[in-house]
Amino acid sequence: MTELGSAPVPAPSPEDHITGPDDAPLVVEYADFECPYCAAQHLRISKLRLRRVFRHFPVRSSHPRAWAAACAAEAAALQGRFWEMHELLFSDQGRLEDPHLWGRARELGLDISRFDADRRSDAVGDRVRRDFQSGVRAGVVTTPSLFYEGRLYSGQLDADALAGLSG
Amino acid sequence: MISPGESAPEFTLRREDGNAFTSEDLKGKTTVLVFYPFAFSPVCTDQFNLYEEVLDDFKARGATLYGVSCDATWSQKAFREKLGVTIEQLSDFEPKGEACRAFGVYHPGGFPQRALVIIGPDGVVKWGYEAEVPTELPGANLIFDGLAAAGAG
Repeated sequence: MTELGSAPVPAPSPEDHITGPDDAPLVVEYADFECPYCAAQHLRISKLRLRRVFRHFPVRSSHPRAWAAACAAEAAALQGRFWEMHELLFSDQGRLEDPHLWGRARELGLDISRFDADRRSDAVGDRVRRDFQSGVRAGVVTTPSLFYEGRLYSGQLDADALAGLSG
Repeated sequence: MISPGESAPEFTLRREDGNAFTSEDLKGKTTVLVFYPFAFSPVCTDQFNLYEEVLDDFKARGATLYGVSCDATWSQKAFREKLGVTIEQLSDFEPKGEACRAFGVYHPGGFPQRALVIIGPDGVVKWGYEAEVPTELPGANLIFDGLAAAGAG
């Protein structure tokens, strides 16, 4: 049985998607590509000097295409283009159907048949599920959620929290 | 709020099909009652969306979840359908809040406090959790902790 009881948020590992300078403040984000609040928060914090770890937290009943989008990002990651796909998904959340995902893959110059096989593979599904389950265990309830200095910020960051991150 | 070790109180809630859900319905299975203040809270992903995502994991532990509020059955059903979740809703509409009071989770503001109660197949409360404020959404991890403590994990 999958262990889902409480556990601290895992430290960044080589499996994670990480961007930003090594010496910048570290934030661990749990987000969903179909969540409008996640897209808005991404825009806000991308202006800050941060080291960002992205983890998937797709919730199907609120966002039916969230899993497909997460798997597309992982399939792009297997061709070295995770952050580019992350950007393309957040920038146009109204278009997350399969043809739209293929369109993004083409735009990034990915091998489309490999992309399509990868995004439907068990390995990619398991990779997304590991992120989701680590979030559940760390107490993530909604998206976006962000961990900074051991504290969980649930939902969109307010101005004070944003100022705290950039300070 | 009711404490672990106490027997679940006598209560009557209304199921979506109009039938009664009483303490008799708790017998023989592990039940998780999810008390929540109001249907249609203005958040993007509700706690029920999250619990729905891990419903198979609750089932694997033999646990059945129910949402409980003082909203009318029709409002609860519309809320559940809007969220796109299958977790059955139980209404404490009339007499208002009586079951919530019996479990000790009725908020003076006239709604259930956000709380979780796990009841064992023997009808005894095994675990409970009450949010400090109604806006706090308890994580699914807490329920899995509770099920493990109740011996169902």
